[in-house]
Amino acid sequence: MSQTRQAAIAGIHEYPLRVAPGVSAMQIKAASLKAALDDAGLKWSDVDGLYDAGDGEGGGGLGLAAYLGLKPRVIDTTQVGGSSYEFHAAHALRDIAAGRVKVAVTTYGSTAASSRIAIGTGGRGGGASWQANMEGAYGSTLISNYAMVKQRHMYQYGTTNEQLAQISVATRKHAMRNPEAVKAMQDLQFVGVNEITVENVLESRMVATPLRLLECCMVSDGGGAAVFVSPEIARDIKKKPVWIIGTGEATKYRENGGDITTSAGAQSGPAAFAQAGVTPSEIDIAMIYDSFTITVATCLEDLGFCKKGEVGQFIGDGHLAFDQPGLTINTDGGGLSSNHPGMRGLFLLLEATRQLRGESTSQVNGAKLAVAHGNGGLLGATHTGGTVVLAAD
Amino acid sequence: MENRPQPHFPEPDTKPFWDGAKEGELRYQTCNSCSAVNFYPTAHCQKCGAGDLAWRVSKGEGTVYTFSVVMQNRIPGFQELGAYAVAYVDLDEGFRMLTNVIVDGNPLEMVKIGQRVKVDFEKQDTGEYPIPIFRPL
Ligand SMILES: [Zn+2]
Repeated sequence: MSQTRQAAIAGIHEYPLRVAPGVSAMQIKAASLKAALDDAGLKWSDVDGLYDAGDGEGGGGLGLAAYLGLKPRVIDTTQVGGSSYEFHAAHALRDIAAGRVKVAVTTYGSTAASSRIAIGTGGRGGGASWQANMEGAYGSTLISNYAMVKQRHMYQYGTTNEQLAQISVATRKHAMRNPEAVKAMQDLQFVGVNEITVENVLESRMVATPLRLLECCMVSDGGGAAVFVSPEIARDIKKKPVWIIGTGEATKYRENGGDITTSAGAQSGPAAFAQAGVTPSEIDIAMIYDSFTITVATCLEDLGFCKKGEVGQFIGDGHLAFDQPGLTINTDGGGLSSNHPGMRGLFLLLEATRQLRGESTSQVNGAKLAVAHGNGGLLGATHTGGTVVLAAD
Repeated sequence: MENRPQPHFPEPDTKPFWDGAKEGELRYQTCNSCSAVNFYPTAHCQKCGAGDLAWRVSKGEGTVYTFSVVMQNRIPGFQELGAYAVAYVDLDEGFRMLTNVIVDGNPLEMVKIGQRVKVDFEKQDTGEYPIPIFRPL
């Protein structure tokens, strides 16, 4: 391995509540930033780089620094959907390596549950746009878009419902070990806050064929923050730094004759692994954006954990749980069973960091290398892939 | 369904497509520079960037690439509809469009990947633009 260690995750915080009435997204962002800086042992005034996906009323590039009371030297408002935070990590690495920034932060806040936003079952926004004019008439929900990928994957490769259900089973097992995820499911009034079986998944309500309820992420409130620092700063922080050793970015969209079963991860994954100087087989733990089971399945293939079309066999025996041999995923409970306030890419970085510090509630013993892969937008249409490879100190 | 959301204008890229729908034509573009099929409509070629595109009329026949039957939604106008099939259809001329496949019967049983379908322009009670949907051939 010839990896360079030019930037590290020094502090993290995950907002503990998934139902937070009376709190604004901006308040969640500010509270999370303070807690993440405390986690690192850094001060508010140390922050000199601000990365933001524009969530929160009055935030973004123009408003967030004023709200927080920061004077950043670099402002990056990359907004590419749920994978925005993997892009922020990539850009922070670049900016820190170039000497422009020493303490970079990204924050996230959302009150999607309290605001009753129909993320999965609502339609496309109205208004005049090139794409909305071509798609607005058909009642296509976000879930049905992902469902079309699952339908094609099953048709093209023989992937089964039973195989994909293992993803829900493993993440729920992890969620039941995470007190915040358990509280989330209780507060969101899940039917049955317990471990689930493949049969439970297959018997759950059909939302958009062939995706069933227990294959779909929840809609919650939530948020968090991450602090990225230079190697000099990393020497003196409170906890062990987690190094960002490779990143990749990509986008994909509906194309004439395109293959819907391949995501942007097929471009961002190899780029990140190449920069990191590691291969997927060396990875101990993978945090893969689990908006739906099919998102995880597709991205596992695209990142190279198995060949395209073979993910069914790869996950078929249910080894994705932390206490099984082989690759482990989403040890916090994921979007399926811990939180999904709309853009959960940040939580992938947070849980990967906890694993590499040895702090997860479903700890993989001796985890040294992790990958966080975010998928933003619609897997079966316009989406982004952001891959971050992380290494323990 | 006769009260689908209508396209919004001004929107110059897609206006000729919808003018075609009024004429019962499913229009798409080809590039005069690189001969690529261009869809959704844009004023530039998405393959080579050239601004010289020709409008053509599709025969309206294609194959279901993938689909999903929506069982639960909160979209005004669609909520009361019951199960309906959203699909990507690959037209024989080489372009893919999002659409609905409408069948006489239960879409859960009657819509399939690989199925041959043909465009139909569904007149709307509210709004001047008929909506291109597909039915089994
Ligand atoms: Zn061209």
